[in-house]
Amino acid sequence: MSAKQTKRKPATAARHRARKPAATAVKEEKKAPVREEKKIAAKLIPIYIMGKRYEIPEGLTIMKAMEYAGYILIRGCGCRGGTCGACGTVYRKPGDYKLQVALACQKTVEPDMYIAQIPFFPANRAAYEFAGLTAAPEEIFKLYPELFRCVACNSCTKACPQGIEVMDTISALKQGNITGAAQLSFDCIQCGLCTSRCFGELAQYHMFQLARRIYGARIVPRAEHLAGMVKAVNEGKYDRMLDQLKRIKEDELKRLYQEREVEPMGAGEDWKPKDTTYL
Amino acid sequence: MSLAYYPGCTLKTKARNLEEPAVASMEALGFKLDEVPRWNCCGAVYSLADDDLIHQVAPVRNLVRVKKAGETKLVTLCAFCLNTLKRANLLMKQDVDKRNTINSFIDEGLDYSGEVEVVHLLEVLRDDVGWDVISHMVKLPLRELRVAPYYGCTLLRPREVAIDSAEDPTILRDFLKALGARPIDFPESTRCCGSYEVISNPDDIPEYTRAILDSALNHGAEALVLTCPLCDYNLARGQKELVKKNSGFRRMPLIYFTQLLALALGLGPQVCHFELNHGSPESLLREKNLLSAVENVRPIGG
Repeated sequence: MSAKQTKRKPATAARHRARKPAATAVKEEKKAPVREEKKIAAKLIPIYIMGKRYEIPEGLTIMKAMEYAGYILIRGCGCRGGTCGACGTVYRKPGDYKLQVALACQKTVEPDMYIAQIPFFPANRAAYEFAGLTAAPEEIFKLYPELFRCVACNSCTKACPQGIEVMDTISALKQGNITGAAQLSFDCIQCGLCTSRCFGELAQYHMFQLARRIYGARIVPRAEHLAGMVKAVNEGKYDRMLDQLKRIKEDELKRLYQEREVEPMGAGEDWKPKDTTYL
Repeated sequence: MSLAYYPGCTLKTKARNLEEPAVASMEALGFKLDEVPRWNCCGAVYSLADDDLIHQVAPVRNLVRVKKAGETKLVTLCAFCLNTLKRANLLMKQDVDKRNTINSFIDEGLDYSGEVEVVHLLEVLRDDVGWDVISHMVKLPLRELRVAPYYGCTLLRPREVAIDSAEDPTILRDFLKALGARPIDFPESTRCCGSYEVISNPDDIPEYTRAILDSALNHGAEALVLTCPLCDYNLARGQKELVKKNSGFRRMPLIYFTQLLALALGLGPQVCHFELNHGSPESLLREKNLLSAVENVRPIGG
């Protein structure tokens, strides 16, 4: 947590604290009817945050609903765009034994959801010097020997808000298939929900990150054209153009930006702009 | 002909020298070992605790997925995988209560009650290919090779999952005969290698090894033929310790049965990955002129 965030932290030790309950907090046993005089455009629906009932305008995400209810989120929120993995959330609905998972910033609230955020779950990340690692499967086995505690219960897969076949990815690692593990876990955002559900106490997402690092650095062939491009940049191929750009007035810059040619969706590998002066 | 095939984790890492010659040999015999697309660990050891159902989940999930893929028969190659999968399969066939509990926990949207038949590659060679056909396909008979077939435990015990008679098995002997080798029978061929004792009591392993290898040697064997990666690990480790302690002990090369099959079919040493063998058999095989590839090995009818 950064120093800036620490300052904003409420005085209470609790991570989540209802500062001023903007929503109607009602005791569970007495379900108060929605008061007519409130005149809120959106329909209010009941949800339960950590067991406490709130009435929330429908259509909000879980994260917005928590904030509407008065929570100040200093952890468990990050990009608010479904990619940072900070807002892993579990919920259940009455009459369904199944535990559901979601990212709080992505999932819209539904009536009677019982919600708890799991913004962080303890999981040890192995320390390694990446420069010394090879693509041998044994490297991962040594760093994460608990890999072999998997009993194939598949709870991890059910807990993944990204829809990753988490258990299959663990199986791929056990089979020494680092490429398979890297590709299967490509959408992992490290929210840690898999780890929170693991019978064998594995830290899946750390293992997958290592697999993707090894895959990217040791298995995927180097892109040769990239080296050529870097060389051209270093040799000053674009210096003159950048200097020109720096001298352009703001209005002209805006016009150039607005009139720029955009690569069409689904353009092929050999697509080129009409003006090839700067290629 | 294509066969649904379950390799097992060890065959993909430490024991590629068991798998790769098998896949190549089966292709030469006209069979494709078609790896099932989604598989997890077999469970490694069959759990004997009556109420420990969580450790049945791994083998059963594999079988459920094989059934889902529309297959009715699953070929295994690792002796431990065969044992674990076959016993879990038997449990799903015979125990209705446990079957229901496991099915409901596994949650794959498909109930399983033991429909998939689990077999070992040796059974496929015996029952689907046939010793005569193999013998006919041999390009490089292992004529001068005196090898002791070693079964270990998990291919033959318990009796209800055994691929052959648990008391007097002949399947490996028949296999070696078909390759033109001279199988050496010895009384320790079904004795345990120490198995997972290597984890809790590693110092006991050399004595298991000594009993097996001394017996094979005394009966005239030049090498031991294996089917199981754990036997390979223990017998190699045991030999190393024995050599360190006792100068009188003679090392014995350890060879997987699939490596001998590939050599006999003329596929050459490159598919055998001898560099992964713990008890290196290469000098013996070179001495017998068995390391040369034979040209023009074609599948049956190909």
